[in-house]
Amino acid sequence: MAAVIEVAGVRKTYGRTVAVDEASFAVLEGEIFGLIGPNGAGKTTTMECIEGLRKPDRGVIKVLGLDPIRNVYQLQERVGVQLQQAQLQKRIKVWEAVDLWASLYKKKSADAERLLEQLGLADKRNAWFMNLSGGQKQRLFIALALINDPEVVFLDELTTGLDPQARHAIWDLVRGIRERGKTVFLTTHLMEEAERLCDRVAIMEHGRIIDIDTPARLVARHSPERTVILATEDSGAAARFQTIPGVEEVACVGNQFTIRGRGDDLVTAVIHCLSESRIRVTDFRTVLPSLEDVFLKLTGRSIRE
Amino acid sequence: MMLRGLTKLTWIEIKIFMREPLGAIGTIVIPVLVFLVLGRVANFKSAPSTLVVSGYSGSGLPALVALLIAISAVLSLVTIISIYREGGILKRLRATPLRPQTILTAQVLVKLILTAATVALMLLAGKRYFPPGVHVPWFSFTLALLITTCSILSIGFLIASIVPTARFAQPIGAIVLYPMLGLCGLFVPLSYLSPPLQAAARALPLTYAVNLLEGIWRGDPWSAHLGDLAALTVAFILCTALSAKVFRWE
Repeated sequence: MAAVIEVAGVRKTYGRTVAVDEASFAVLEGEIFGLIGPNGAGKTTTMECIEGLRKPDRGVIKVLGLDPIRNVYQLQERVGVQLQQAQLQKRIKVWEAVDLWASLYKKKSADAERLLEQLGLADKRNAWFMNLSGGQKQRLFIALALINDPEVVFLDELTTGLDPQARHAIWDLVRGIRERGKTVFLTTHLMEEAERLCDRVAIMEHGRIIDIDTPARLVARHSPERTVILATEDSGAAARFQTIPGVEEVACVGNQFTIRGRGDDLVTAVIHCLSESRIRVTDFRTVLPSLEDVFLKLTGRSIRE
Repeated sequence: MMLRGLTKLTWIEIKIFMREPLGAIGTIVIPVLVFLVLGRVANFKSAPSTLVVSGYSGSGLPALVALLIAISAVLSLVTIISIYREGGILKRLRATPLRPQTILTAQVLVKLILTAATVALMLLAGKRYFPPGVHVPWFSFTLALLITTCSILSIGFLIASIVPTARFAQPIGAIVLYPMLGLCGLFVPLSYLSPPLQAAARALPLTYAVNLLEGIWRGDPWSAHLGDLAALTVAFILCTALSAKVFRWE
């Protein structure tokens, strides 16, 4: 697949603070690419350099073959942008905002009424921006980002501050954007969001890109640990669990055992041991590592800190 | 193409402004009321003949109210720009094919249109207070006010460029603009001021604005005020160039 966004050796400093440090990556056509990391990692600065809103100190950026600074207006015609924490005029009506945005692009715009319909804003078209809920505001910003039928859509911390229900609805919308063949570049500090939504993610911390891959491969590469938690009354179980290949630690509290090891085969090996030794269990579950664990491992700190 | 964006943005901004609780009342109704009330007072023959009041009956009152309209437009511009900056609205508008200058020009156009509308309304409503037989130069006076407004709007832009937050925008704008009003020759003729104050007054664009507005009201030809026009233009160019350098979008 062709690269839609190419970033090579980008650096951006504010005074003595290095916001982005030698960032390099490529976003491929038709994928949802996530830039993940804690607040202050440099995600937004990176994104705004790509959008042409900021000029990097050095490095090369190409979006759809265009230079985001030199060809900024050509670029704006072909991309859609949602900014973190942006507002609109308090008393602008939903339809006015959409109508204004539609008039700004040369290209014939997407069907505004249908867009509002799809985003669940049709009955809010006469509402003032200030009277919309957080989720409705974000959906309006998505509408504005899609109004010019863009080839690439930028979404910066799209679901921050939304309740889980609104968040899930927005995720469905973003998947819908990909289904229309568009490329999505998003930032998030929510690992669950990245894991559920992104085809590939780049992990960023202190302005540096630490690793890039699919969420599953990142987890497999950096967090091979597997944990099985089970409950049994069998008094001889602990000794047998110790002999399972790949097991590194068996902890026991009451009748609950926590078996830690590594490798994809661990769970199968535990099940095999249970059936072979006819150990009767009353509870059985596995704990798989997530991007959250990958992040902890790569940076030595939790993303929530 | 960009013209389309400009007209649409300007029209939407006007609508939004009229939806503000104090939008229409503050900028249009109050100045007109001030003009009418003062016009009445000034028309009483028994009113004490102070400098101020005698000024009202001539060209002073229209000039004063016109300047108040212009200053309130400027203060409103400063506030709106800083609120838009703080709320990320300017940045959001910039992340479109809109040119930065189009975004700001729309704000200026809104203020000019509202200023013209207000002064027209004021002249219309105040008609009966003008002494009979006086020819009111509607068009020239409005034009003079628009030129004045452009010039002090550029001061407004300079203020908007440097105020730290929206909370400070209105007070800082008022602190800069209202003292100018005291020195500009409306209340006290320049010749009554001490030399240093006179020098200060001559450095203020408002002084030239007053001269221009009063002159045009009296029926002077434009050619009599080339100096005032030049001073207002210089202030406009200077402030616009400066704010182009220091303007912050976020």
